[in-house]
Amino acid sequence: MINWQTFWLTLQLAVIVSSALFLLGLPIAYWIAFSRARWKFMVEAIVALPIVLPPTVLGFYVLVALGPHSPFGRWWISLTGHTLAFTFPGLVIGSFLYSLPFSVQPFAASFSGVDRRLIAASATLGASPLRSFFSVVLPLSVPGLVTGMALSFAHTMGEFGVVLMVGGNIPGVTRTVSIDIYDRVQASDYAGANATALLLLVLCFVLLAIVYGANRKAWAVKPVE
Amino acid sequence: MSESRILVPAQPAPHEPSALIAVSARKPDASHLEASFRKRFGDFVLDIEFQASPGFTILFGASGAGKTTLLDCVAGLTQPEAGRIVAGKLCMFDQPRHINLPVAKRRVGYVFQTLALFPHLSVERNVAYGLAHLPQAERKTRSAAILQAFRIGSLAGRSAREISGGESQRVALARTLVTDPALLLLDEPLAALDVATKARIIDDLREWNRSHCIPILYVTHSREEVFALGESVIVLDRGRIIARGSPHEVMTAPLQETVAQLAGFENIFDATVEAVHPERGTMICRIISHKERISDPVLLETPLVRAGVASTLRVGIRAGDILLATSLPEGLSARNVIPGRVRSLEQRDMIVSCRVECGIAGSGQELRRGVDMEVHLTLAARDSLGLEPGRPVWLVIKTHSCHLMQR
Repeated sequence: MINWQTFWLTLQLAVIVSSALFLLGLPIAYWIAFSRARWKFMVEAIVALPIVLPPTVLGFYVLVALGPHSPFGRWWISLTGHTLAFTFPGLVIGSFLYSLPFSVQPFAASFSGVDRRLIAASATLGASPLRSFFSVVLPLSVPGLVTGMALSFAHTMGEFGVVLMVGGNIPGVTRTVSIDIYDRVQASDYAGANATALLLLVLCFVLLAIVYGANRKAWAVKPVE
Repeated sequence: MSESRILVPAQPAPHEPSALIAVSARKPDASHLEASFRKRFGDFVLDIEFQASPGFTILFGASGAGKTTLLDCVAGLTQPEAGRIVAGKLCMFDQPRHINLPVAKRRVGYVFQTLALFPHLSVERNVAYGLAHLPQAERKTRSAAILQAFRIGSLAGRSAREISGGESQRVALARTLVTDPALLLLDEPLAALDVATKARIIDDLREWNRSHCIPILYVTHSREEVFALGESVIVLDRGRIIARGSPHEVMTAPLQETVAQLAGFENIFDATVEAVHPERGTMICRIISHKERISDPVLLETPLVRAGVASTLRVGIRAGDILLATSLPEGLSARNVIPGRVRSLEQRDMIVSCRVECGIAGSGQELRRGVDMEVHLTLAARDSLGLEPGRPVWLVIKTHSCHLMQR
């Protein structure tokens, strides 16, 4: 009744995308929080775009960018021999962009919330900016990091528009849970749609509850022994 | 009135010099700080030039005078637009030569007003933070030694969030000193402490600097701390240095009116020099009234300063330094006895502020107005003298109670 293959694929996608967002979101958030560049607002606006843009619009442009008509698409084809559109890696790129604000914004907000005098103290004690980041800024931003990870993970689990535009609907490759549900409704398989939707709902809820439960503890900072 | 209240207790606190010296056996090398730079923030301009020798240099000034900005520039947290900052042989900032050492490379110890202890680390990890370049064993030895020297060894395992105000101040100092800085910046680090704790920490700091001999810039707006600590004072006002010297020179004979207001002169007058008596070390000044012409000029004998006859300057007199008599006093050492008339009496808490109009000749000249002086009396003095408005009195002012300032 439930198509486990789509669940497995969706989970894989969400783990990969939220991990990538964590790794690449950190430097972007750091830059947004600490840069004094005059055009910083432009970057902030671009990062926030996916929140307001219809997923189909974003998906459409990602599809164009991945396809053989864009310089990036041509470069990829010359490198690998095939296009990124309608593949799992293409799906990862689309989902990454779509969930970018959901990780970068909580990260940047928690970095900005760290007392600047603590960072200054770290520097006067001889720490490089990198060490100050890892020893002071990051540990004091744990709640924001956890929130950003949870939001981007859950957001990727449930996305639909971007996946459909960029990935299409290839079983085992790009068919995610939300598309599976849509297909079942189209085919009047309401029982199957219901079972799948319920499972996704419970899964996402349990995951978020665990994350926010752990996060609540993270607010009470304990000394590192 | 508060010079006599000095922070440091009469008997020195018990110390273990060996522990302090063990923290660092570095040879004391007298490194001076030389700074001259300009930094602009909107309307505010910090434009200063000063030198600091090993030992305490107090930066004194009202809030907003630019004290913290000055420290931030020296530490490298803020970049001045122009100038040069050199500590010993280390050039930290030189705008014409495009030198601007990063904060971490300046070897400047900086204890902030907020202390900025890392809340997620234990006391021990806070103190060892600046020793990351050393091997683990040495890090442990050094931080244990400084914790011992500052008598906070028992706190090592505690969270920086769980310790008291006085303990936090010690941890912040220890964390900075353990890195063996070449220059120490202290931004009112002891502001929140009671006098006894403050005195003990300052003693520890003095003891530490006996073996390190580095310049310490100490920001405060407390007069008492200036007298307790200062070998040398720099007074800042609106981004500029307006006076410098020993605490006694700067605080008891200010050169500019802003200092006078800071130091608490209730009476400030413009005056012209009538005569100078270098042989007596005094001069005579005539108070200029901004009101109508005074029929009878008020002349004051003041200490001698470098000023020519007929030049103008300002005289500051503390209300508590003026004596008041109800009959013409005789046989006094004080050189200034000025007749006047009580205008008003006002009780403020436990003192009486008496305004006396001086420089009115005789009677029947009510329209002519003189110079007002504020005199502080005790309640008992007011009652026993039977003071009331209109009563003729004589003001007695010692020569050295007249503080001269530039206009």
